[in-house]
Amino acid sequence: MSSATALSWFARHEIRLAWREWLAMMTGGRGKRKRAIVALIVFAAVMHLPAYAVIGRFADLELPLAKPELVIITASIFLAWALMLSQAIESVTRVFYARADLDLIMSSPARLANVFSVRIAAIALAVTGMALLLSTPFIDVLAFGGGIRWFSAFGVVIAIGVSAAAVAIAITVLLFRLIGPGRTRLVAQIVAAVIGAGFVIALQVAAILSYGTLSRFAVLTSDAAAAYAPATDSPLWWPARAAIGDGQILSLLLAGSLVLLGVVMAVCSPKFADTVVSVAATARPARRGTQATAFRGGSRQRTLRAKEFMLLWRDPWLVSQSLMQLLYLVPPALMLWVSFSDNSGAIVLITPVIVMAAGQLAGGLAWLTISGEDAADLVASAPIPSSHLTRAKIEVVLIAIGVIFAPLVAALAFASVTQATVTTLGIIVATVSAAAIQLWFRVQARRSQFRRRQTSSRLATFAEAFCSIGWAATAALAMTIPVAAIVSGALTAAILAATWKISPPRM
Amino acid sequence: MPSDVSALDVTGLTKRFDRPAVDALDLTVRSGEFYALLGPNGAGKTTTLRMVAGLMRPDAGSISILGIDALADPVAAKQVTAWVSDEPMIYDKLTPLEYLEFVAGLWGIDPAVSEPSARALLASLGLEPHLHERCEGFSKGMRQKVALAGALVHDPRLIILDEPLTGLDALSARRVKELLGERVRCGATVIMTTHILEVAERMADRIGVIAAGRLVAEGTLAELRRQNGRTDTSLEDVFISLVDAGAAAA
Repeated sequence: MSSATALSWFARHEIRLAWREWLAMMTGGRGKRKRAIVALIVFAAVMHLPAYAVIGRFADLELPLAKPELVIITASIFLAWALMLSQAIESVTRVFYARADLDLIMSSPARLANVFSVRIAAIALAVTGMALLLSTPFIDVLAFGGGIRWFSAFGVVIAIGVSAAAVAIAITVLLFRLIGPGRTRLVAQIVAAVIGAGFVIALQVAAILSYGTLSRFAVLTSDAAAAYAPATDSPLWWPARAAIGDGQILSLLLAGSLVLLGVVMAVCSPKFADTVVSVAATARPARRGTQATAFRGGSRQRTLRAKEFMLLWRDPWLVSQSLMQLLYLVPPALMLWVSFSDNSGAIVLITPVIVMAAGQLAGGLAWLTISGEDAADLVASAPIPSSHLTRAKIEVVLIAIGVIFAPLVAALAFASVTQATVTTLGIIVATVSAAAIQLWFRVQARRSQFRRRQTSSRLATFAEAFCSIGWAATAALAMTIPVAAIVSGALTAAILAATWKISPPRM
Repeated sequence: MPSDVSALDVTGLTKRFDRPAVDALDLTVRSGEFYALLGPNGAGKTTTLRMVAGLMRPDAGSISILGIDALADPVAAKQVTAWVSDEPMIYDKLTPLEYLEFVAGLWGIDPAVSEPSARALLASLGLEPHLHERCEGFSKGMRQKVALAGALVHDPRLIILDEPLTGLDALSARRVKELLGERVRCGATVIMTTHILEVAERMADRIGVIAAGRLVAEGTLAELRRQNGRTDTSLEDVFISLVDAGAAAA
């Protein structure tokens, strides 16, 4: 087999793997391909509605653009790029640590540098493909309202997808060189999450400090942003101009991103191969536990709770994955701090953010304790009724949420006791809802599969998200329009009830 | 020495997935007996033992463990039972000692009793130098030994093991066999599935052969040979002959 044939064969193999992985993600691993494709088409069609609501008003924009418009479009493209970069870093990390696959590849007589070139290209393709899929409804809406010139935005998506993959590979290889294989996985995941959330959070923080609002657009549409922005012919605005239909600039962007990817492939592929060999060869150093001497007594529930807390505490990767959601609490916490001094009415906005974060965090923790049981047989064969097991695991979720959110609620109580009470109730209801959904849809899994928890049941994922949003909205309305809160609460409770109704039967 | 009291009494045990995995199985294991359950892949051995250990509910049949109805009172039955699967399921982030502390806590064993027992067990399995190391760096054999120590730390009267010697080196396998033999001599009952026929031949008081979800033969090695019509064959020949006959009958 010639080198070129071998490479194209490997490329086909990679594409097939990527397709099946994506399909498994969409179907929850149950392999209903046709249904997944139909669902995807329906989803894409439905997404045109919110896309129209969000972006429809920008369809008439035409070149030349004014600075405020350039700022908003460029910021949106940068946000998309940051999210793609975050996703690409995760993909690269996965490739590094997917050792079952790598053992086979490395034991083959293929040239590793070539193989990893293909794999880098596959990562770029997967990231760009997903971005194209998600951006299609938005671009369709713009093209429908403003003409086919908007289709050039697809080219911008490809350019930023390819460049994000290239930068992700460079970052991961650099991290590996700087901090070694032991820490790269954890740090890369944290970097990915921070990059994904950082831009939005930074905008919110700036908005709070400058304008006393959580709205990101307050900064982007401000006079200050326009004043500090470079001139309208600056290369900084190229992506925005290309998206609107400047074909020449689009060609430059596409060429630039492909050159960047080519350079990264040429420079990093050999390093990538060395890196993977090093990861595979690096034995995990023995970590010492506590030197606790005496066994502790207590009830069986206490034993279970202690185990859950210890496992969480000792797994920084898992903790980082769970607590990343708390990054989004930084802006409301900051806003709380700012509001102490100016009695701003905007403080009401904090409650829904906190309630939603609590619901999302509780969902993750509940998955870890209920489904992510590494010694499921041991626990199931223990002489303890399953109801007690479940109760102990849910107690862990409630305690963890309590510890994390109590300081925020306590601070809130100084500003408004009523709001603190509503927030507390919202946190409790959102937490219990998330834990209940995880309980109804539990599937046995290893904790290391945490990142893929959403794929086990799309239904549970959507229900969890809708309930978090619903309870957050209910809490916000309870303080502003109580009658509407009743309606919102009833709707969310109905979603929860419907989720229970369609959950899989239990023994 | 085996007594007449049944450690395990299974009657009409049935479990269907796409096809019958266990088909109206009757099985009795006497207290203080070392019982080896043999059978080809997919014969229903693991499904049977998982139902006995309370990890899976049967479609039909009854399970009695040391006189306790395991389906009516699973908690009491589990209190005297231990289960070890072929795939050691332990916590990567705990040390062996912490893992055994957790198991002892789940079984409600007094720490004053469980701690010395845990240390002795881990030492007897050669894990003393690793007492305070997290299990994440352990080999499969070491993990299997930790899981086995966990199963024994609450001093179970019925020990169910599914391929416990998988992944163990010769020395470790010998230690495990010695440990199990010791438990049987102390009055515990061991039920073990294995594909290593030499282990069954050497250690088991009685051997059961299961095929297509049914017990096709049972007895001492000598009895099995007699059932097979020859007295000079190896267990391997007997096993293959019984399984073929069982498959033909099914």
